[in-house]
Amino acid sequence: MQFRKKDLLGIKQLEPEEINLILETAETFKEISTRPIKKVPTLRGRTVVHLFYEPSTRTRTSFEIAAKRLSADTFNISASTSSIVKGETLLDTARNLEAMNPDVIVLRHSAAGAPHLLARYVQASVINAGDGMHEHPTQALLDLLTIKEKKGTISGQTIAIIGDIAHSRVARSNIWALTKMGARVLVAGPTTMIPHDLDKLGVEVFYRPEDVIPEADVIMMLRIQLERQGQMLLPSLREYACIFGLNEEKLSQAKPDVLIMHPGPINRGVEISPAVADGPYSVILDQVNNGVAVRMALLYLLIGGEKDE
Amino acid sequence: MSKLIRGGRVLDPASGLDDMHDLLIEGDKIKDLGPPGTLGKKSASVEVIDADGLWVVPGLIDLHTHLREPGEEYKETILTGSQAAAAGGFTSICCMPNTKPPNDNSAVTDFILRRAAEADLVRVFPVGAISQGQKGEMLAEYAELREAGVVAVSDDGIAVMNSQLMRRALEYAQVFTLPVISHAEDRDLAGDGVMHEGVVSTRLGLREIPSAAEDVMVFRDCCLAELTGGRVHIAHVSSAGAVELVRQFKAKGVQVTAEATPHHFTLTDEALENFDTNLKVNPPIRSSVDLTAIQQGLADGTIDAIATDHAPHSTIEKDVEFDYAAFGMIGLETALPLTLRLVDQGLLSPLKAIEKLTSNPARIIGVDLGRLTPGLPADVTLIDPNREFTVEVKQFRSKSRNSPFQGWELRGKTVTVLRDGKIIFTEKNISG
Repeated sequence: MQFRKKDLLGIKQLEPEEINLILETAETFKEISTRPIKKVPTLRGRTVVHLFYEPSTRTRTSFEIAAKRLSADTFNISASTSSIVKGETLLDTARNLEAMNPDVIVLRHSAAGAPHLLARYVQASVINAGDGMHEHPTQALLDLLTIKEKKGTISGQTIAIIGDIAHSRVARSNIWALTKMGARVLVAGPTTMIPHDLDKLGVEVFYRPEDVIPEADVIMMLRIQLERQGQMLLPSLREYACIFGLNEEKLSQAKPDVLIMHPGPINRGVEISPAVADGPYSVILDQVNNGVAVRMALLYLLIGGEKDE
Repeated sequence: MSKLIRGGRVLDPASGLDDMHDLLIEGDKIKDLGPPGTLGKKSASVEVIDADGLWVVPGLIDLHTHLREPGEEYKETILTGSQAAAAGGFTSICCMPNTKPPNDNSAVTDFILRRAAEADLVRVFPVGAISQGQKGEMLAEYAELREAGVVAVSDDGIAVMNSQLMRRALEYAQVFTLPVISHAEDRDLAGDGVMHEGVVSTRLGLREIPSAAEDVMVFRDCCLAELTGGRVHIAHVSSAGAVELVRQFKAKGVQVTAEATPHHFTLTDEALENFDTNLKVNPPIRSSVDLTAIQQGLADGTIDAIATDHAPHSTIEKDVEFDYAAFGMIGLETALPLTLRLVDQGLLSPLKAIEKLTSNPARIIGVDLGRLTPGLPADVTLIDPNREFTVEVKQFRSKSRNSPFQGWELRGKTVTVLRDGKIIFTEKNISG
């Protein structure tokens, strides 16, 4: 099977076969990162622009490493050091970049749908590296790869997503991804952070972590953004940590082979206690490791191979 | 100079007339109506307008237009907005006060009316501000505004959050027989939302505006109308809850009227899946439940009028990320065919559909228009109800292009429009 899409805007647009293709390709690329010389010439002469309107350490570095290991030329543009601070619009920035013929634009943006807007105007492939509260497809793909590696299969697993679902693009992409791949998805979080009609997305909705932890094969903790305190969504981080945070006591109800995941960056002692984040069930750093492989696979599938003509 | 509109199907909701009739215009007034061939001698001084196969209806009246002048002439001017209105079959439009500066005093009202007179196309009825500067703090000077020519007051675009101010507006406006038009939105509940709260906003991760933001304010303003005996008109009803509230308060005899826009009775939030900023409007396009309730409200008379909320924006406001885009879409040139879809769907009779665009809006703003009565100004619109066409925004007279209906196949086209007996729009040759 071939990957025929121009862009990766979200998991929503992917078929399960396409997701499998990405995961299988990523598995074959993982080995490259274990070599002493971690570079192959696959994308030599290709240009990847990383256009980041939001701060990011993990995602941007991961994309850059992925591109460089495939020998693509990479350029980073971040909002604070570009014409964006002079008031240039996204589309004007895009048109100017387009004039320099990049092959891929990786976009991180605080507004939902920004990659969709960009993709309509540029020839280059657009990869969504996170758009507002909408999607973060590469995060969901690396999460799938991690589950597949550790559990052997995704289908049939029960995944609990705990925390601020409403404001989480990671949750949305994972709900698409996991339900498409046949997993059972439970969510838990304070009612103020559970969006309207969430059950219609094919998930089971609970409030307290205790209601989902015992059944879960995988627990995904979501980052709580500290500024939510001022938005009437929760009374205090202290109460949030007590009721909705994952600690060893709550974890004691979990299955013995449970996996603990977190998209990072973590707030130690808020949504996850240090003992759990660093404990034996945590695969948080495996997720980061898989991020590089997934992004290499995507770059290859979007601009490598046949489209070379 | 006389004009004879001959051979058309005359629809006059005020009198209930729906029949093949000729209509005679003398000067700027309607002279007479009568069965085909009974009016006017064959004389060279009578100009004959052939209406064979056409509907002949009172000139359409839009209760809710944003003309953007003064202040944002790059989006629309009183001239281009008037041209768009005429092309859409309208002979009268009410322009909302949220210009820059806002229409909260007679100088702005005078300016609007002067520009409208220069354009000399449709009648422009300015709506004054409820509060000075639309700041929601002090009442504007309604006596001065009424004297200058406003037909209603509204803080459209910026809901009146202070309930005491709304109460006083509903009381004070009665002295000058002005209806108070409510932009019903609890701004705290709406927050920085950009679309309807429901499963689609949950999927898209766009910040949401709950229906309750509208419902609580419709309830408040109906209660205040009941308390004060004032007359409130609910603008752009978008939620099922608001429809039901208006229905209940009407049943109690409270003086409340309501309008709905073509986009709210045509579209649902599912259309937003592609982040088309032309679909970003306030109040937002809501769910299929709301759509059905609005259609039902139109059918049973709960919703009196169809109004466009024509809100022009340029590419500067619309070719941006959804979160950053301005609210609003244009509607003057698509309102009529979208209304006729309700006729096709069997929800409204032709007469009822025209009523919501003519006699009912005229009654709400208290002007003696919107009916085909001898002696009244000859504001008449000729419609080809069967003409199919593809919406092409590039052909719009409006200065802006922000319509989500680009490419839609619609039926029903304005053929000729007369205001005061003068042809202000035509697309056909007039036969002698």
